[in-house]
Amino acid sequence: MLGVCFGIILTQSEVVSWFVLQEMFRFQSPRMYEIIASAIAVAGVALALIKRLGVRSLSGEPIVIPPKTMGRGIRYLAGGTIFGVGWALSGACPGPLFALVGNGVTVMIVVVISALAGTWLYGVLRPRLPH
Amino acid sequence: MTVPTFLSAPLPWYIAGPAIGLFVPVLLIIGNRMFGVSSNLRHMCAMCSEVMSRRVEHFRYDWKRNGLWNLLFVTGIVVGGYLAAQWGGPHDAHISEQARLALSNLGIHDFSGLAPREVFTWHALLTIKGFVCIVLGGFLVGFGSAYAGGCTSGHAIAGLADLQLPSLIAVLGFFAGGLIGTYFVLPLVF
Repeated sequence: MLGVCFGIILTQSEVVSWFVLQEMFRFQSPRMYEIIASAIAVAGVALALIKRLGVRSLSGEPIVIPPKTMGRGIRYLAGGTIFGVGWALSGACPGPLFALVGNGVTVMIVVVISALAGTWLYGVLRPRLPH
Repeated sequence: MTVPTFLSAPLPWYIAGPAIGLFVPVLLIIGNRMFGVSSNLRHMCAMCSEVMSRRVEHFRYDWKRNGLWNLLFVTGIVVGGYLAAQWGGPHDAHISEQARLALSNLGIHDFSGLAPREVFTWHALLTIKGFVCIVLGGFLVGFGSAYAGGCTSGHAIAGLADLQLPSLIAVLGFFAGGLIGTYFVLPLVF
């Protein structure tokens, strides 16, 4: 149900559009930056409140947010940059990718399969990649 | 069916952004789960790995326990996209004149729909630009998000909201890569 809402919001806000993403990377509209920044702000305030107030999940467990391990940081910069190139080419990060399939842009199924192949290759190469 | 007016496209940023941000606390409170879509690519690989030989260590874990909720979430995204397409009618993105001009210079003339029909159709799959955008683009998205341990949802939104330095590095990478893709790779293949 939550996923359904997410898919609707992604579509209706047009963040799933290849055109809108190109507009963002060409700095020709503030829209995507406004969406991303306000999403981070709302999530940030909510996380700060959850920590401050010690909010528990519905099942009563304490909420834990695992910190990401820094390591040498190479994985974040290298992986992030590789991801970014793919993001610009396909015009879709993983969330919007699935929304586009639902929207009837069926060739996006090939993007999903390619992304699975990419993830698989990472799994195979992982022991040999710097992290 | 007509779309409720408060959901008509394009949603203004001050509704879309905060609504997207709310998924982070809501998932934590409902199920103590961290928002992030690209983990699903790993879960799907783990699923395939189970029926294959389970030789890759990275995919040997209990995906049902760790990821079933997220796979349901992503199935929901597909359904949500479908519903929005049914209600919203044709989604022609509203982009600025400037962006339109820049993309026409690149050779894109059909601005209808959510992705250029000159590139994102089954027909175009075997052209160079189609292959690069669809197959290579998807491959890099999968490899990159797996290597970086997250994508725009997990790093840019959830990670930055939690003030995590690794996420900031990843997001700088996302944008650096995006600019490389936009200004170097796209002009090469179009």
